[in-house]
Amino acid sequence: MALALSMPLSTWRSGVYLLAIIGFVVALKGLSSPRHARRGNIAGAVAALLAIAITFSATEVDHSARNLGLALGAMALGTLVAIPAARLVKMTAMPQMVAVFNGVGGGAAALVSIGELLHIHTTGVSPATYVVVEAVIGVLIGCVSFAGSAIAFAKLQELMATRPIVYPGQQPINAVVGAGILALLLLAVVTGDTAYVLGVLGLSLVLGVIFVLPIGGADVPVLISLLNSFTGLAVAASGFTLGNNLLIVAGTLVGASGMLLTRLMSKAMGRSLPNILFSAFGAVVTATGTAEGLDGKAVKSSTPDDVAVLLAYARKVVIVPGYGLAVAQAQHVVKELADSLSTRGVDVFYAIHPVAGRMPGHMNVLLAEANVPYDELKEMDEANPEMPTADVALVVGANDTVNPAAIDTPGSPIYGMPIIHADQSQHIVFLKRSMRPGFAGIDNALLFDDKTVLLFGDAKDTLQKLVAAVASV
Amino acid sequence: MTGIVWYLTIFVLAAFVGFEVISKVPSILHTPLMSGSNAIHGIVLVGALVIMGEANGTAQLVLGFIAVFLATLNVVGGFVVTDRMLQMFRAKPDQRSAPLQGGGGHGAVAPATGAARSDAARSDAARSDGAVPVEKPAGM
Repeated sequence: MALALSMPLSTWRSGVYLLAIIGFVVALKGLSSPRHARRGNIAGAVAALLAIAITFSATEVDHSARNLGLALGAMALGTLVAIPAARLVKMTAMPQMVAVFNGVGGGAAALVSIGELLHIHTTGVSPATYVVVEAVIGVLIGCVSFAGSAIAFAKLQELMATRPIVYPGQQPINAVVGAGILALLLLAVVTGDTAYVLGVLGLSLVLGVIFVLPIGGADVPVLISLLNSFTGLAVAASGFTLGNNLLIVAGTLVGASGMLLTRLMSKAMGRSLPNILFSAFGAVVTATGTAEGLDGKAVKSSTPDDVAVLLAYARKVVIVPGYGLAVAQAQHVVKELADSLSTRGVDVFYAIHPVAGRMPGHMNVLLAEANVPYDELKEMDEANPEMPTADVALVVGANDTVNPAAIDTPGSPIYGMPIIHADQSQHIVFLKRSMRPGFAGIDNALLFDDKTVLLFGDAKDTLQKLVAAVASV
Repeated sequence: MTGIVWYLTIFVLAAFVGFEVISKVPSILHTPLMSGSNAIHGIVLVGALVIMGEANGTAQLVLGFIAVFLATLNVVGGFVVTDRMLQMFRAKPDQRSAPLQGGGGHGAVAPATGAARSDAARSDAARSDGAVPVEKPAGM
């Protein structure tokens, strides 16, 4: 005990940082099961809190009352903004929220790298070459993550076109920006002048924007996962610059996990990561968005009463939810419909595509919010074998995830993506707001199938009408 | 081992740990995982505090202030939003183990009770399954 007390404060700090590292690993580990996930997250939060608190004991942090005051002010301001934002955000807007929190983290990491470099210069020492390299890498990755997340946010929030944005000379422009960053990086390292680092900062922001613009809306979730990984690496780079183990380990953990998650997600979409990032969805197959099919067939629309009869007398009904369900905030009503069908003896379950919603697992979160029992949710691989025996596939606000073009149209942008085989069930009912194509921006031949009927309108309204109609069957 | 080599060692080992720990996450938890790991990199706040403390002159002070502000957004918002998501997952094991009969007693929370009740209803329906007419309405 006496020994422990006599340890210098910096050793105590390292000890607490080690505890925090353990906390972060426990947090990630906890997320492996629904049962321990929440506890894991709390472990991570406690670890972060401890590490942040002990940081105030560092002489660098508390030597100036003015700087300390500013730091506390910035933290108070950040907390005041973050808590309401995190608590009030709708579950449907979760991907955008993650993009925002990720982007600001990347921005902070870039600023930390550049700030440390400026500080070293003011002490009159010229930084070692590897310190400059680390700092420039931190600035580069952090800024790409910041600017990329901003564009991803704009696409998800539909503030800008979700389709891939391509323009003439795209490749040369990318090459020029890339070469410019490389040149500035070399100049910064050779001359040690921070002005070049500021140049890297500016060009990296441009790179972040032009990197994300050509990525189509449907691929944005994969992109956010990748940018999350980037921010982790930027934090690790700033840890190198500062010589801080905690930042290196925490950043690297996130960098590695983000890479893995990105790979899992692109696998779920049946595409390789380079394909997602560098082949703009382009004009291979374009959507007409009309009620006329490719061969001039028209869609059949139906009424809630007819569909209610179909559902009520079915033996097995599969609900295929998509983002449209979430947008309409219809997750509670769809549960009501499922429950009322269940009480009539209909076998009802939900078929969840891995990328239903906007992120993997997003739909599970939304349905969990509506208290849909866990065992009614079937993942795609489990649901597909049951599709041929289903009487009705009720597609609520989904489109691309049931589009047979993924299987039979090699030219299609989504070709190769695994889908839920709604086309194999006896009847298909689409609840759609309009003939507007899905997030991938392509037509869906299933809408024109003879087995398909459509119910146009807001998903929530339509479902409410269905609930009422089923009750009176 | 000196500076950079030591840190590179830590970096490489942490990368392996990151892969190892994450590779066992079920896909339904991918969204909370993304959000949770997003919160963890908010620990960059520790670095931002150091920068803020060391800052000299207006430019560095402004830079430090922004860094601390952004990092706080990341770490606080990240953990709060993840907790909100996971709160919903937590109820599930309870629901699944809810007894089929006497749905009222088990859950103090209304939704859990509702789920148990519908479970009971479903088992009733299943028993009378054969009696349910399965007519396909024509023309659909």
